Amino acid sequence: MSGVEKILVRVRVNGEAREAEVEPRTLLVDFLRENLNLTGTHIGCDTTYCGACTVLLNDRTVKSCTLFAPMADGGEITTVEGLSTDGRLHPVQHAFAECHGLQCGYCTPGLLLSTVHLLSKNAKPTEKQIRKAIAGNTCRCTGYQNVLKSIRMAASEMEKR
Amino acid sequence: MYPHPFSYHRAKSLAETSKMLQQLGEEARVLAGGQSLIPLMKMRMARPAALVDINFIAGLNGIQSHNGELRLGALARHTDLEMSEAVAAIPILHDCAAGIADVQVRNQGTIGGSLAEGDPSGDWGATLLTLETSVTCAGPNGERSIKLEDFITDAYTTVLGHEELVREISVKKPPRNSGGAYVAFKRSAPVYASASAAVQLTVEGKDICKDIRVVLGCVGLTAIRAKRAEDELRGKKIDGKAIQRAAEAARETAEPQSDMRGSADYKRALVAALVKRAIGIAVRRARGERVEAGHEYVGR
Repeated sequence: MSGVEKILVRVRVNGEAREAEVEPRTLLVDFLRENLNLTGTHIGCDTTYCGACTVLLNDRTVKSCTLFAPMADGGEITTVEGLSTDGRLHPVQHAFAECHGLQCGYCTPGLLLSTVHLLSKNAKPTEKQIRKAIAGNTCRCTGYQNVLKSIRMAASEMEKR
Repeated sequence: MYPHPFSYHRAKSLAETSKMLQQLGEEARVLAGGQSLIPLMKMRMARPAALVDINFIAGLNGIQSHNGELRLGALARHTDLEMSEAVAAIPILHDCAAGIADVQVRNQGTIGGSLAEGDPSGDWGATLLTLETSVTCAGPNGERSIKLEDFITDAYTTVLGHEELVREISVKKPPRNSGGAYVAFKRSAPVYASASAAVQLTVEGKDICKDIRVVLGCVGLTAIRAKRAEDELRGKKIDGKAIQRAAEAARETAEPQSDMRGSADYKRALVAALVKRAIGIAVRRARGERVEAGHEYVGR
């Protein structure tokens, strides 16, 4: 093979234009972590199961371990690093902190983005809708009670604004 | 986990896709949502030398209701279908779309990709086989329309030629006194179902089954039409005994294999229970009731 083919991927991440030349097989999660140095997005199972790698791509959650970086070219991405503004936590982050929804913290970035996505579509989710919304986010350390509590709090706090 | 290296080609039209596939040869594959292909490539169970990315082709994701027909663009994501009112008018389609894997996968996976992959555990095959469904395929020699029952021929096998791809799926709307349901049972949200049952039936008068289709998913090399189960109900009074006989017939029709999702015996028992449940919901819906149905898993 005559050298490795690389292609240019341009995205907007957390409002900022970013680009890098990568092999086409580069997964979006590795592009974010290795090329753009945004290590807040975690790799959990790497098999499209656990959702630790969840990010927003064009306002929809995706598992960034299951997308090649070139598929996101031209897209708008939000990672956990983009949730806070001027050093102030996003209400969803604040609720997770208040309700001990972080637990060990590994699945948290993905859960935060799934919650942001849910609440952007549905300001008053029912218990069933909340559970369905995070069905693709696995906690492997503790369980979901505090996570559910956090999401309920985030919904009611955001409702008040 | 990294897949084997491949060359990446971004197509801007269907015609360009066919041309690229032609030039790149047999080792090239189409990349749509990638929710099955990418995991397979990462596990190196698939190692295409080239991918033709069709995600940037405009106008391939439409959802249109037209002349008693629903037309679904190949790139319509499961979420697009889940949120569509036109799709919800045929409840069995909403059952299917709203429960495939999880939110993230539904946001990315496409209906065209699901059918083209021909996975026997895929949800769309079983669901759409209960309706009059045809698949419009585009290739270098133009288009052809294929009935879904002739489209999927074996596990992971369709009649699509190498340079051909799915452009649209057309579904004929069922009559007003018709109802359907798709019920799938899975161990957790992100995984494939252990078994599934799709039923669409038409009720005449109070409780006579005028017509019915029963399709079983995950229990054979393709989704299986359970014709003996249908015969237990077609033209007959729908009552508990007839439904039980249909469920028994479905159990015998199933050809499951034992695997990590359960033993063959377990899947037979499961599929019979799902058929029974799907018939019950289909009948209630045919009578105009609003009933929830879809994928079931622990913790939902």
